[in-house]
Order: sequence, then C-alpha cells, then structure tokens
Amino acid sequence: MIELVQLTKQFGETTAVDQLSLTVARGELLVLLGGSGCGKTTTLKMINRLIEPSAGEILIDGRSATAIPAYELRRRIGYCFQQVGLFPHMTVGENIAITPALLGWDRDRVAARVETLLELVELPPATFRDRWPRELSGGQQQRVGVARALAAEPELLLLDEPFGALDPLTRDRLQQSFRTIRAQLGLTAVFVTHDMVEALILADQIAVMHDGRLVQLGTPSELMQHPADDYVRELMATPLRQAETVEALTRESP
Amino acid sequence: MSEQLTLLPGYLTAHLQLALVALLIGAGFSIPMGIWVAGRPRAQRGALALASVIQTIPSLALLAMMVPTLAAVGAVTARLFGLELTSIGYLPAIIGLTLYSILPMLRNTVTGIAGVDPALVEAARGVGMTPRQRLRLVQLPLALPVIVAGIRTATVWVVGIATLSTPVGAASLGNYIFSGLQTRNFAAVMVGCVAAATLALILDGLVHMLEIGAQERRRSLIATALTLLGGLYAYTGVTLAADWLDRGQPRVAIGAKTFTEQYILSELMAFQIERTTGLATEVVQSLGSTVAFDALRAGALDVYVDYSGTIWATIMERDRVPEDPSAVLTEVGEYLAREHGITMVGALGFENAYALAMRNDHAERLHLNSISALVPHAGSFIIAGDYEFFGRPEWRGLQETYGLDFAEQRSMDSSLMYQAVAGHQVDVISAFSTDGRIAALELRVLEDDRGAIPPYDAIILASGRLVEEAPQAVQALKALLGTIDAATMRRLNGTVDQDGKSPRAVARGFLEPSTAPHTSRSAPADTSGSAPPPLP
Ligand SMILES: Nc1ncnc2c1ncn2[C@@H]1O[C@H](COP(=O)(O)OP(=O)(O)O)[C@@H](O)[C@H]1O
Ligand SMILES: [Mg+2]
Repeated sequence: MIELVQLTKQFGETTAVDQLSLTVARGELLVLLGGSGCGKTTTLKMINRLIEPSAGEILIDGRSATAIPAYELRRRIGYCFQQVGLFPHMTVGENIAITPALLGWDRDRVAARVETLLELVELPPATFRDRWPRELSGGQQQRVGVARALAAEPELLLLDEPFGALDPLTRDRLQQSFRTIRAQLGLTAVFVTHDMVEALILADQIAVMHDGRLVQLGTPSELMQHPADDYVRELMATPLRQAETVEALTRESP
Repeated sequence: MSEQLTLLPGYLTAHLQLALVALLIGAGFSIPMGIWVAGRPRAQRGALALASVIQTIPSLALLAMMVPTLAAVGAVTARLFGLELTSIGYLPAIIGLTLYSILPMLRNTVTGIAGVDPALVEAARGVGMTPRQRLRLVQLPLALPVIVAGIRTATVWVVGIATLSTPVGAASLGNYIFSGLQTRNFAAVMVGCVAAATLALILDGLVHMLEIGAQERRRSLIATALTLLGGLYAYTGVTLAADWLDRGQPRVAIGAKTFTEQYILSELMAFQIERTTGLATEVVQSLGSTVAFDALRAGALDVYVDYSGTIWATIMERDRVPEDPSAVLTEVGEYLAREHGITMVGALGFENAYALAMRNDHAERLHLNSISALVPHAGSFIIAGDYEFFGRPEWRGLQETYGLDFAEQRSMDSSLMYQAVAGHQVDVISAFSTDGRIAALELRVLEDDRGAIPPYDAIILASGRLVEEAPQAVQALKALLGTIDAATMRRLNGTVDQDGKSPRAVARGFLEPSTAPHTSRSAPADTSGSAPPPLP
C-alpha cells in the first residue's frame, strides 16, 4: 500500500533521512524504531507531505502522493502528532470532528462518530465531549489525539509515539485495544516509537533506523534471530535484559 | 454649563462620525493587510515600518498636513476628473484618523498570527485544512485576543485624537476643548474631556464585551455588544447621510482661528450675512492659522478674518516693514488678489498686533515703556510666546532690529501664556494687542519704538467663489468695515473671556443691541462710550 523509494530529507547540512526505501503492505503495521533524532518523525511527516522530501518518492496504492493536493491526501490519512496538537479553542468533540467536517459529513454522522471514538479511547462521551483540551491530563489528550486521527475512517494511519505520555497500565490497555481496532478495521499503519516492548507487541514489521538510514527491516522474530548488526542486536536485547534485571531484583527481596 | 450641554448632542454626533468611521476603515484595511503580510517577512517589515513612521508624526501635525495635501491632490483631481475635494472638515480629519488607527491593528494582527504555536499550525495542516481554512479555523481564532487588543488600543487612541479634528475644520468634542481653553471657559473644557473619555471607555468596553463573548461562547453577550455597536454605527450612518443630503444647499462657510476674537468675528459675519441676505451660513471653528488660509485659497472656506501683518510676514514672507506702514495693507490686498484670487473685502477698524507685554508693576519698577528699554534686561529675562511666535518672521525682525537676546524662550499655549506672566513664571510674553486679558491681568504693552512689527489690521478675506456667486454676501460684509475699533474689540473679547458669555451671543448683541442678552456691568471696557455704531 505504501512504498517509500529512496526517500531523502536534508535540513541544510544535516541529513535527517537518508535514501530510505521500504514497503508497507495493506493491513500491515510497520513500526519505525530508533533512538531520538534518527529521523522517524521526519519520515512520517513526509508520508502525508507535512514535509516535502528533498529527493525520492512516496507511492500510495501505486500512485504518487503528489498526484492530489496535499490537503486532500491528509484528509485520507489519519495523523497522530508526537506533541498531540489539540486545538485549544475547540472542545474535545470539536477537535475529533474536524476532518469529518472538512470532508462534508452531515451533522448526525459526525456526532455519532465522535461518540464511538470517545468510547473507543475510553473517554466517556458524556463527560469528555464538551471539555476543553486544557481540562485534560496529558494521557487523556493523547487519547483524544488518537481519536482525531481515526475520525474520518482513514485507511492509513500515521502515529508518532501516540502512547508516550500514558501511565504503564493505561498504555498497556490502549495498546491492546489499538490492536483490536486495527484488526477490526483492517487499518494500515506506520507507528513510530522508541519503546522496544511496544514495538514487539504491535508490529507486523519493524524498520530500525539509525542516523537517518534504514538499518534493518523485518518481522520481530526475524530481528530477534538475525540482527543485521550490533546496533540492532543491542536494541533487541534490551527487553530481555530488563526482564532479567527485574526478575533478579524481585528474587533478592524477600 | 447648561449652555455647554446643549452643544453636546451635536459635538458628540460629529465625534462619533469621525471615530467610528475612521476605526471601521482602519480595521477594514489593517486587519486584512496584517493577515496578508503575516506570511511574507519582507512585506511585513515594510508595512510595519511605514505604519510606525506614520505613528511617529505628532497627531496634530498629521491632521493639519492633510489640509494642504488634500488641497494639492484636489487641484489635480479637479483638473483631471472634475472631482473637487474639500480640503478642510470631515475629509482631512477622517484620513488622518484612519492613518493613525493603522499601526496598533496592523501590528497586533501580525504578531497575533505569528504568535500562534507552530505545532498547532502544523496540526491544522495535518488534519487536512487548506491554507484558507487554517487561517479561518485556527490562526485567526487563536490570534483573536491579540488582534482585539489592537482594536481596543486603536479605539481609545482614535477617540482621543479625534478631538484634534477641530483645527482642521471638523467639528468634534475637541471644539469644547479648543474654544474652552481660548475663552477661559473651563466648564467647556471639562465637558469636552469627560465626554471624550466616557466615549472611549464605552466603545472599548463594547469591543471587550464582544471579545469575551467570542471566547466564552456567550451568545447573549455577543448579541448585546453587536446590537449596541450596530446601533451606534447605524446612528452614525444615518446622521452622515443626512449631513450629506443637507450639503446640497449652498452655505457660506465662515472660518475662525483658535482665539476668542476670531470666534466672535466669525459669528458676527455669519449673523450679518444671514440677516441681510438670508443665505445660510456655517461657522467652522478653531482652525489652525495656515489651515484657514489654505482652505480659503482652495475654496473650502468662503470668509474669515486675518491680519495684514500676518499675511505680510507669513504668507508673503517679508521681514522688513516699509517706511510707510499703511503701504502694507494696500500691498497685501493686491498680492492676495493677484497670487491667490482672494478678495480683501476691507479692514474692520482695529489692529490686533503681536506685542511684547509684561506685568505692569514689573515694568513700572524698571521704568520700562518701550522695547528699546527692554533690551538691557533681556539677558536675565524669560520670554514666552505662542506656538507660532518664535518661528515667525516678526520675531526675527524684532531680534534683528533691537538686538534682543533673552535668557530663555518658552513656547506655550497662548491661553496659558497670560497666566504665566501674571503669575511671575515668565517676564515677557508675546501678547495680542486686543486681548482682554492685558487689561484684566494688569499687563503693559511695550511700545515698538523702532517699528519692527508690521501693522496688523484685521481684514475680511473672501474667496473668489463667494465674490462671484454671492456678491450680496460680500456687500453685507462691507457694512461691517470700520465699525469695530480696538476698544470695542477688547470689550467684546472681555465679555467672552471674563464674563463667560458665548461668542455667538456677544456677536448678536453687537449687531442688534435690543436683543442682546443682559451684559454684565463689570465688563472692563464697558464704561467707554464707544457703543457700536448703528449699522446701515
Ligand atoms: N525543521 C527542521 N529543521 C532542521 N533540522 C531538523 C528539522 N526537523 C528535524 N530536524 C533534524 O533532523 C533529525 C531527525 O529529526 P526527527 O525526524 O525529528 O527525529 P526523531 O523523530 O527520530 O526523534 C534531527 O537531527 C533533527 O534535529
Ligand atoms: Mg520524533
């Protein structure tokens, strides 16, 4: 469904993304994994043309992303921002309703959709629909951000560390429900994270990035069993190492 | 006070016509302009620089500059399109005020839009908004508080500065302030200031109400504010339309500069024309000195009184007084007709000269009667003059002829100058010889013993248009020539300045003594037997 071909982005001297090529099949979830500053956000923003590439091409369903006006492309792609970016002058319900409204959905359909999505992200509509974003916790805001990205029933979803600000329990619950939703709707998604465990739980494929380059692309087990280099090996080892540490600590204490 | 309050509806309406229209045009220009330049750094810098430059021009000067500018532009448009622009009155005032309102609204629109969190602008793109939708749904709503702050600043400024429309011939609440200061009617000054301040607060409050309503989504609040503002605008529109229709009938426009004598003489001429010819008249008060002349030349004014020496020195730029001072009057008349197509109807019969004056007791102590005798003391004296005085050729003439050199020169409002000398704040002032305050405050006029100051015969000047289209009005004015001597003028001035009579009442009383309001017996020069001669 999405094909990135030799995608490159330069900001002056720095090359944020360097000749990145990869493919995401329909209904698949690709995790972009890598340390901070490795070019994950830049890659994601190039897919819906928030950033125009310096070189290379993006094909969606075989057609160039530049074939239609950028705003039309973006209405068909749900995007969940790393800094959430809820509009402070709109209520929670209005924030979620934006893209459907821009697409000209009728009122009732929009209202029903807002209701469904709020329930999906575990924010009871009666309590939250008419609240202002500033009245929500960071985690609640992130959930509204996810709902907004899903609002116009997009086939493609781009998520930039959407569960970053959640407490572990909520994060766990939402990760599970996100898996379910995605399976139900057959969504294609590109999911950015630097959290190994999250990547392993959600990914069909993981693309490991380092310094703007793609280091390895494969399923979680492929990456586990055949890491391409030391960086990937190190990365893959962290969850297990952490688990061992935790186990050791719990054994020591009575 | 109650006499002042009867003028309030008229001045208030005129003030609203200026402020509300200037703000509407200003906002209609500045806000779209601000939006347009917001994403264009070069245009933005240029627009803000230009608006700032306009703002640094003192507001009074900006308004006054509109008069000659419009006269020049009007001359061109009249030739090219047959479109005549009135160079005094509403038009120059509204242009000046509009220019003045631009900066706060433009700057705040630009900074308001620039201040929107870039992450939110990106989010707006991300959810699929077009640039236009982004502006309307995200950038403008988020910039609104800053933009509204700009509108409120502009509102308060414009309502305040609109009082300065008076000297360019547009009536406003400033008429209270200008004429009140000159005629020592502090009740009038108070009424003007309080009314202007109240109006500014009310308009500011309404805009604020609109803002709160928009932010808190309180429809009733928005509706109330919009109704009140809409009502004010509707009222303004209707009165403007009525004024416009009323313009159809010709009127003789009579000018008055900013001092008591001028207020009285303008009313006098208006009444004289009305009662003898039946023509409608309109008195345009408190004009700046050169504004009146420019307006007469451009045909925006039909009649006003000037002084031969003023024309001689400031317009003809002559700094030497001829051997025979009476030659000045003839030369001035010929010059005005030749160069400007202005008719000098004739002299009223008195002089109002620039004169140096000091406290009587002070002069007595030093045995000073003449300017020559003043010279040795000048080095330790402070002299105060009105705003024009130290820039005028007469002052240069005085300095050169006598070698005068004062310890200090101070420019101040002429209404405060007399108080300053009487209160020992300064030693010498540039007085006007007919001013009632010379006698009232026990001042002495020093004799110009070497003839440095030209004669200042009060002369009626009429536009070419009036002479051509309403010769009967000029005829009526001729009847006034030679009927007012210096003592009479001083007495009339005193009746206004000291006794608090209105210039209009004094003028009518002079022309028709029987209908005169009872004049106070304490009027300073009332004892002189110089009752006004009956007019033909
Ligand atoms: N607008 C920009 N201008 C200049 N450099 C940028 C810009 N956006 C990102 N970068 C740089 O590009 C690199 C990749 O950034 P980013 O894609 O945000 O990384 P990540 O999301 O993986 O943390 C970083 O070095 C960052 O500093
Ligand atoms: Mg990032």
